[in-house]
Amino acid sequence: MLPLRLEGIAFKDVIGPLSLDIDAGPSTIILGANGAGKSVLMRLMHGLLAPTTGRVSWNRAGRQAMVFQRPVMLRRSALANVVYALEAAGVAEPEKPAMEALEEVGLAHVARRPARVLSGGEQQRLALARAWALHPDVLFLDEPTASLDPTATREIETVIRAFDAAGTKIVMATHNLGQARRLGDEVIYLHQGRVMERTPAEEFFAKPRTPEAAAFIKGELPWV
Amino acid sequence: MSIFADLRLWDIVALSLAVSLSAVALATLAGLPLGAALAVGRFPGRQALIVLLNALMGLPPVVVGLAVYLLLSRAGPLGELGLLFTPWAMVIAQTVLITPIIAALCRQAVEDAWREYEEQLRSLGVHGVRAALTLVWDTRFSLVTAVLAGLGRASAEVGAVMIVGGNIDGVTRVMTTAIALETSKGDLPLALGLGIVLIGVVLALNAAASVVKELAQRRYG
Repeated sequence: MLPLRLEGIAFKDVIGPLSLDIDAGPSTIILGANGAGKSVLMRLMHGLLAPTTGRVSWNRAGRQAMVFQRPVMLRRSALANVVYALEAAGVAEPEKPAMEALEEVGLAHVARRPARVLSGGEQQRLALARAWALHPDVLFLDEPTASLDPTATREIETVIRAFDAAGTKIVMATHNLGQARRLGDEVIYLHQGRVMERTPAEEFFAKPRTPEAAAFIKGELPWV
Repeated sequence: MSIFADLRLWDIVALSLAVSLSAVALATLAGLPLGAALAVGRFPGRQALIVLLNALMGLPPVVVGLAVYLLLSRAGPLGELGLLFTPWAMVIAQTVLITPIIAALCRQAVEDAWREYEEQLRSLGVHGVRAALTLVWDTRFSLVTAVLAGLGRASAEVGAVMIVGGNIDGVTRVMTTAIALETSKGDLPLALGLGIVLIGVVLALNAAASVVKELAQRRYG
């Protein structure tokens, strides 16, 4: 379904106007400080928000999923949460693929437990299982580990790598440099709603092209 | 306490419960879909409908009684059914009275949940009726409170059932109308006994519902 084409999109005074092509293949990290517009950009791409101006278009129809910073769990079992997502996508006999998705993220042992009593890390893995079951062409992740401890973060990153290995295009927003370095093939650096640069990850961290990105990497606060 | 051995008293209690629980069942069937639709739907006039619904929560029972009386009276549009001064008339009046309460409280609970769930559900491609059903199911513990509020109102009101039921001994006499009658006749012990039973019944139903809600919430988070 890729490339995803953003043509001159703007959203109120938060984003752009900017143009971007998101291509299949290498995982894309959207990096930027709080308030740079990462979440809004993700929602514009996923279709949860409509741009004020400009156009968002896919090459052809396909399946996309999104994992949010705070996962929304339905008041039912972990397994039923995945089954619900599959049913919504029109999958017949969803129990088996749902169980397989739980096994993939290491949650098979809590399949029958109510989703809302799981820990924060488990809930986020369940959100990933919900996406995994759909075998999406593209997976959007909006700061998926921002409220998790290091152990849970590592587990989430393992699952994200599995998505990548399975051929799902990863588009992830983060302000965590370590995570961007661990998971990203290319970096789109966002500053005050504009794309400052788009660089292969290794190059971005070694020698960023813009002073804003360089300052962000150094841990300075260029937006103050 | 000889009045509690009085068989008539227990007939009255049984009729009260039958009427109010029937009204709650019907009002729940009507009120939950109405509330959920208002919470999730986006259409012109929605805000006005919500204001109207909230205002209807305070409907005076005697006015509802009068309206249902006019509908069911011999010359009224539904007069041919011959329902006036039967328990059915009381069920209808109480249903009209408490449907707005259940619908308005349901609307509030579902709308709060919608705010939390909207992005996730839209991301999964869920909208419309399916989204509304999901939200109703996920707010089921809060909706117990909405239904209880309706039950409390139904079992406590006297104006509507008095007008459309007529307080006929052995036919349409319920606890509240009996209390009103016995008080005006001066039989205060019977009136007081009925009052205690009424409060006891309402308390027991609420306690049971709250225990169920608490247990379920602890189980499902």
